[in-house]
Amino acid sequence: MEILELFSKIGIYATMALVLVFALGVVALRNLFHCALCLAAVLIGTAMIYVALHAEFLAAVQILVYVGAVMTLVIFVIMLTEHLGGKTIRQTNRQSPAAIIGLSGIVVLLGTLLMKTPWPVTAKALDAKVSVMSLGKALMGTYAFPFEVISVILIACLIGAIVIAKKDVSEKGPS
Amino acid sequence: MIIPLQHILIFSLLLFATGLYGVLVRRNIIGILISIELMLNAANLNLIAFSKSTSLAPETGQIFAIFVIAIAATAAAVGLAIVLALYRVRKTVYTDEVNLLKW
Amino acid sequence: MVAPIPVALIPLLPFAAFAVNILAGRWLKHRAAWLSVATSTLACALAIPLCWQVFRGAHFAHQATWLMLGEVPLQFGYLLDPLSSTLLFMVTIVGTLIQVYAMGYMRGDPRYSRFFAYVSLFMAAMLTVVISNNYLLFFMAWEIMGLCSYLLIGFYFEKDSAANACKKAFLTTRVGDIGFLIGFLTLFAAIGTLNFSEMNSIISGAGATPLNTTLLSFAAFFIFCGTIGKSAQFPLHVWLPDAMEGPTPVSALIHAATMVAAGVFLVARSFTLFAAAPNVLPVVTAIGTITAFGAAFIALTQHDIKRVLAYSTISQLGYMVTALGLSGLGAGTFHLITHAFFKALLFLGAGSVIHGTHVQDIREMGGLFKKMPSTAVTFIIASLALAGIPPLSGFWSKDEILLTAFASGHTFVFGVLLLTAFMTAFYMFRLIFLTFFGEARNPKVHAHESPALMTLPLWALAVGSVVIGIPGSPFMHHWFQKFMAHASHYPEYEPSLFVMACSIAAAVAGILLAGVVYLKQKHWAENTAKAFRPLYLLSFNKFYIDELYSAYIVKPFHAIGRILFGFDETVVDGAVNGTGYATMLLSRIKNWIDIHIVDGFVNFTGAFAYFLNSFTKRLQTGFIQNYLLIVVAAVLAFLIFELKSI
Repeated sequence: MEILELFSKIGIYATMALVLVFALGVVALRNLFHCALCLAAVLIGTAMIYVALHAEFLAAVQILVYVGAVMTLVIFVIMLTEHLGGKTIRQTNRQSPAAIIGLSGIVVLLGTLLMKTPWPVTAKALDAKVSVMSLGKALMGTYAFPFEVISVILIACLIGAIVIAKKDVSEKGPS
Repeated sequence: MIIPLQHILIFSLLLFATGLYGVLVRRNIIGILISIELMLNAANLNLIAFSKSTSLAPETGQIFAIFVIAIAATAAAVGLAIVLALYRVRKTVYTDEVNLLKW
Repeated sequence: MVAPIPVALIPLLPFAAFAVNILAGRWLKHRAAWLSVATSTLACALAIPLCWQVFRGAHFAHQATWLMLGEVPLQFGYLLDPLSSTLLFMVTIVGTLIQVYAMGYMRGDPRYSRFFAYVSLFMAAMLTVVISNNYLLFFMAWEIMGLCSYLLIGFYFEKDSAANACKKAFLTTRVGDIGFLIGFLTLFAAIGTLNFSEMNSIISGAGATPLNTTLLSFAAFFIFCGTIGKSAQFPLHVWLPDAMEGPTPVSALIHAATMVAAGVFLVARSFTLFAAAPNVLPVVTAIGTITAFGAAFIALTQHDIKRVLAYSTISQLGYMVTALGLSGLGAGTFHLITHAFFKALLFLGAGSVIHGTHVQDIREMGGLFKKMPSTAVTFIIASLALAGIPPLSGFWSKDEILLTAFASGHTFVFGVLLLTAFMTAFYMFRLIFLTFFGEARNPKVHAHESPALMTLPLWALAVGSVVIGIPGSPFMHHWFQKFMAHASHYPEYEPSLFVMACSIAAAVAGILLAGVVYLKQKHWAENTAKAFRPLYLLSFNKFYIDELYSAYIVKPFHAIGRILFGFDETVVDGAVNGTGYATMLLSRIKNWIDIHIVDGFVNFTGAFAYFLNSFTKRLQTGFIQNYLLIVVAAVLAFLIFELKSI
């Protein structure tokens, strides 16, 4: 058990490290398509961490929605816009040093804060298993209203996205 | 809980910071959207971690994560639609080339 | 007794014509004249039956309270007694005839309707004077007459001479008018009424309370000042010759027949007062005699046809005043009436001559008899009447005055008046012989007879000049004098053949001398003028009275005016301008403060804000990620703050 636990710990940390590396890839690579691929990797890695945290359903949703749908959309848009060609175009703006300093400040400060804070960890919570059924019950019971609101927002946003993205007919009209 | 909560929080902090860095410095709007997805992931991870470690109803964290994913999907959809419209009108996807609203 | 018709209509009708003509004259054009003549005729038609009733012995009076002065009511009303009805009769007839004449004379004048508006106003004022029953109403209408006289003398105000003449007339008569005002106010203080009838009864029925004779004399003297001004008597006569600058119908109406006679009428009206103040009557007589003689003497040498007539008018007015001064109320009034007819006729005839020849200087006329027969015949009739040839009207009235002077024992006055009658005949026939007889002296003059509209009034007035003397003649047993005397109980004198013979002799001698000098022996005139050069100059220059006034009254006033003007210009204007300059200076300082300090503050505020914004506006880059970086920085700051507190 101990060895198994150790390995799984090592696996998790390794996954985390990989995810961070890919995340750096997402923000730092010049080719946007590569970035998107890195993002997919990050998302998959995160899904693996979800599994490790006993959130299997969420991991599945992550893979399905993000990697399956959002990534496809992103890559699709990249394909549509990226025939601007020249990959030599600078991909970062002038404020990157300032951003690095500020963000590292935040990371250091928040990190210290996190390490100093005594997080309450209850054993009961650690043991609890969340089944898909209980999730479904909660979703359709306690959180039924937010769920429906989300659905409406989703529909509205998708229609809005279509309206925004579609070509203006009057522009194309014979004038 | 295999690893301490703090480690997961540190990880998600780093992931969030990386995403924020991308948001701050990328010129390409699609890149910014991608970086936002990173930040949302970090937030989701926090939600899962806390739902795993505190005595709240264990489903809550996951359900909020699902909501976040849904909102993220809509955000991506609207954002990318805006990018397309912008590209069509101004033939650019770079933020520093659409700085019309200034002094 | 209240009159059977509203007497107020008589003056109000011409006044209505004035109102319409002055307001709508531009639109009425030549119809304005018809309106004036129609109202005047209507007034005449209303007045004559009334006068007839008065002549038959009736007596009309009525009055209404206008306002209360403390306890004393001020009343307006009319009084139609023998005196006023006689004048009413004369004024309405002569006024109407002259307006008919003016329709022809003024034809084509650009201010045709204006002229008739003024004339109608004058008629209204004159009729009010005649029928008024108190001094206040009398004075108000008197002043309106003065205004009309001013307006009509200056009718051709484009000419400097006309403008000066109307100013001179107005200012000169004003001197007398002020005297009149003082006079009747003094009278009011003395007897407490302004009503003529009440005054007469108070003064003649005196005894209950002894009246202050000094005060009455004072009042009478000052009222006589009004007569001196209006009737152009000796010291103030200078305006009347200059008033001939007005249109000739105006000279006939205002400056011969009616307005100047109003002065005499004033004395006749106030006769009870004058009689009660015996110190004044000699003054009146003296003034009248001096005027009669002096004006006739001046008229001998004048060349302007209208000026000769003007001096003649002054002279005849002097006659009337003399008669009144000698208590000859009937004689004076009689001469007033006859004189109004024949002098109006003379002026209208002169106007006709001027209309036909376009010259006024008698030296340029001559031989007009054949070219203007109607004018010449009527003119000669009027001149004979004026000279006093029986049986024309002037003879009877002049004889009556001479008789009054002779019979009352004023032999010197009688002599002077007789001499004046001689001169009158001489200068009138000098005028006639030079104008209508002999040969035409100026070939440029192309005379023509005037239209019927002008000659018909001439004939009507000629008939009047002949017959109007009958009521006062022995043929009607001096009815007129008795009629007047009946009203006022003043002495009557038996007719004297001696006086009549003197009068006729003087007139005939004057006419014959004029005939000899100006038709046969033409060099006599020049020789006489050379022989008596000082006298000639004295006459020709009107006794230098204008020059005396100019030197001793006008010039000092000019000097005072200049001094006051200098004071005004330097001190008053200086103060005003100084205030102005000070204000300007102050405002310049304020302007400087405004521009450099107030505006400086305002601009500084703006500039300062602009300066500050040159830093802060850099934040507004329009570059969203930049804003986000600022948010990050803020979060960082917040965190640092949080950590410190821990």
